[in-house]
Amino acid sequence: MTQTKKKSFDVGNWLIPMIAVLIAMTIAGIMMKIQGADPFSAYKTLFTTSFGSVKGFSATLGKATPLVISGLAVTIGLRAGLFNIGAQGQLISGALGTAWAGYTFTGLPAIIHLPIAILFGVFFGAFVGSIAGALKAYRGVHEVITTIMLNSIIMGLSDYLVVYHFREPGQLLTRTSEIQKSARLPILFGLPFGFFIAIALAILAWWVMANTTSGFRFETVGRNKFAAWYAGISVKRTLVTAMMISGGIAGLGGAIETLGVTYRFEPAFNAGLGFDGITIALLGRAHPLGIIPGAILIGGMRAGASNMQFVAGVATELVDLLMALILFFVTAPLVTRFFKNSGSKAVTGGWGN
Amino acid sequence: MSDLLEITGLTKQFPGVLANDNISLSVKSGEVVALLGENGAGKSTLVKTVFGLIKPDKGEIKIMGKVMEPGDTAGVIAAGVGMVHQHFQLVPVMSVTENIILGDEPRKAFFIDRKSARQQVIALSEKYGLEVDPDAIIEDLPVGMQQRVEILKALRKDVNLLILDEPTAVLTPLEIDELLVVIRNLAKSGVGVVLITHKLHEVMAVADRVLVLRGGKAIGFTSPKETDEAGLAQMMVGRSVVLRVDKTPANPGKPALEVKGLQVLDDRKLLSVKGVDLVVHKGEILGVAGVEGNGQREMVEAICGMRHRLAGQVLVDGVATKDMHPHAVHASGVSHIPEDREKHGLVASYSIADNLVLNQFDREPFAKGWVRNISQVNKNADAVVEQFDIRTPSAQNLASSLSGGNKQKVVVARELSEDLKVLVAAQPTRGVDVGSIEFIHNQLIAARDRGAAVLLVSAELDEVLSLSDRIAVMSGGKIVAIVDSKDADRNYIGRLMAGMKA
Repeated sequence: MTQTKKKSFDVGNWLIPMIAVLIAMTIAGIMMKIQGADPFSAYKTLFTTSFGSVKGFSATLGKATPLVISGLAVTIGLRAGLFNIGAQGQLISGALGTAWAGYTFTGLPAIIHLPIAILFGVFFGAFVGSIAGALKAYRGVHEVITTIMLNSIIMGLSDYLVVYHFREPGQLLTRTSEIQKSARLPILFGLPFGFFIAIALAILAWWVMANTTSGFRFETVGRNKFAAWYAGISVKRTLVTAMMISGGIAGLGGAIETLGVTYRFEPAFNAGLGFDGITIALLGRAHPLGIIPGAILIGGMRAGASNMQFVAGVATELVDLLMALILFFVTAPLVTRFFKNSGSKAVTGGWGN
Repeated sequence: MSDLLEITGLTKQFPGVLANDNISLSVKSGEVVALLGENGAGKSTLVKTVFGLIKPDKGEIKIMGKVMEPGDTAGVIAAGVGMVHQHFQLVPVMSVTENIILGDEPRKAFFIDRKSARQQVIALSEKYGLEVDPDAIIEDLPVGMQQRVEILKALRKDVNLLILDEPTAVLTPLEIDELLVVIRNLAKSGVGVVLITHKLHEVMAVADRVLVLRGGKAIGFTSPKETDEAGLAQMMVGRSVVLRVDKTPANPGKPALEVKGLQVLDDRKLLSVKGVDLVVHKGEILGVAGVEGNGQREMVEAICGMRHRLAGQVLVDGVATKDMHPHAVHASGVSHIPEDREKHGLVASYSIADNLVLNQFDREPFAKGWVRNISQVNKNADAVVEQFDIRTPSAQNLASSLSGGNKQKVVVARELSEDLKVLVAAQPTRGVDVGSIEFIHNQLIAARDRGAAVLLVSAELDEVLSLSDRIAVMSGGKIVAIVDSKDADRNYIGRLMAGMKA
């Protein structure tokens, strides 16, 4: 008798992401070969650089940190049946809020300054996320549309704010001042502190989803919102809360990146982290723990890319190509299932009934 | 004279349901044949099979004397059969002309010949006496006019036989009268019409012959000349085996559920519950009989807090319950077996155990504060699976793995597994096998005997008759009569259901 696993995401199993990664790497390898490079040496360099030494692995985890968090942000949304494409915008607003708090408040001890700066990031991310959530719940606007539009708005708004209001005095570059020393995240056991926060958050999210009434509400709304309404769950409130938490986590990702890596806000610095979160979440089957290996894999590719270029002569953009291919192969079954369950009715709604 | 359509011995078995059982039917040119029957009687299956959308297990379909290949929709259309679906297939932003020519546009070189298209539409509408404005945009038109466009679309391809699937379901009474005139005119011009409906007066007004279906079987042919609405109702509802339910006389106590002046809108924002007053006492079953679509669903949802109450009150033990707050209504002691178990009653991708606490997951003992008590959830599930004989290898299996009857048992078990004051049971045995029906009926009576007030809403008159202590008849959004089940006469109730003055 096959035992049906209880909490598994109902789409396929863990084989699909593994196969997707393998197919993506094979295709990328063929393309390298066509370009005249040696794919085996390229992959070997890529992975020995990022996983072959303590220093390399530390760099990998550093790259993986924002990916775990933004992947988690997208995952929380998916659990409640929401496709949050706006992690990028939420992450940027969080990064900017955190940077502002990081350089503006002076004379605070780290134990106070750090949490305040992080809270700023979480708050702004959550705020942006809840706009999309409220529009979905109370106006029926699809979250894919609103989060994409909010991404553009935040992009423009943050550029404007940095150019005209928060620019470092006397600086020509579009960037804010550097954050205070008291707001920097420390290095712990040779690993970036943010990584521990990210892992702790993923475990917490998994536990909350599996064991609390709030988690059950999220899941129920995500799986069948009619049954959720019948069961006395406020679907609207849950949608807003889910988008708020999703946005808040994305904002936290921006905060940790700012406090641990970039030390200031500079628009180009956070490019793509939120979008990578979508790939990671889908690669991790929208499971809060499943995203960790996915994020480490992608983080490792990012960390080893420049050395791969140096040794094997393969451009660093190969990693972007790989990610695009992985996304392509991993999403086909999942996205169709997702839209079949929740979105299609809103888009192609019946006429005349 | 050869028949337009000749069906012989058509049989179609769906998993668990014999949808059509050896049905034969013929339609002649210029004749209107009505297919009459309750929901699930097999009317739609029959016409879909004729149209080639469903392949029959047995039987033969001849159109104009030619045997049709099963499932050959294109061949059926070529033979001159048109079908107007209940849900319109029109493009709302396009004009009437554009919708009618869609798929077979008159061309001039690479362009649509709009002038001749418009001419065609005007000629078509004059030929059949169906007046339309060829330039109007569909979404600006009232529903009755949109339906006219649908009919014209179907008639454009030299149709000999026109099938109308519940065409009056979405129309206002005035639009219905107009449609019936149109149908008569079509017949006069030589078209054969098959009309699906469960409204008796339409059949009386327009049909030449009537085929009554019940439970997939052809009960027989009749015609408006040979019978009246009461006779049709009797044929439609039937004298099928009355489900024997052993029950002692009710011992009603104080009022537990009171509904006062309830008014509710349906999904189309039309008033569908038009001022309902009901009282259900402790220890009695009040059955609501009625043809589906007369406001029962909206009434139930409003009572249970799932649909906005436009006016009126719902009281439990004399205390008003909150509008649009299923959680609060449930907490005040109202259990609800929802009409659509797949949509509202279950989360298919959850385990049986989780489904058994779906609306109690946040209360003791299944949760302590914020944290769920999963071991209690599982303990409860194992006990309930045993007690309600839910056929599954494990309570951890997904709800989607269960059969219809066992799914319904999960819902019923959940709603009965606590001390309840009021049980609202909507279509509690729909799509459920006979064994489970009996079990569920006994559970409803057991709940009554424990002192619960049971409001039973069912489209199955037999079910209402055999379970209820009192029977309320609902028609046109109103309770038209309340009778004691001892004095209940099937024909009398059938006539009330059909909207007649007893």
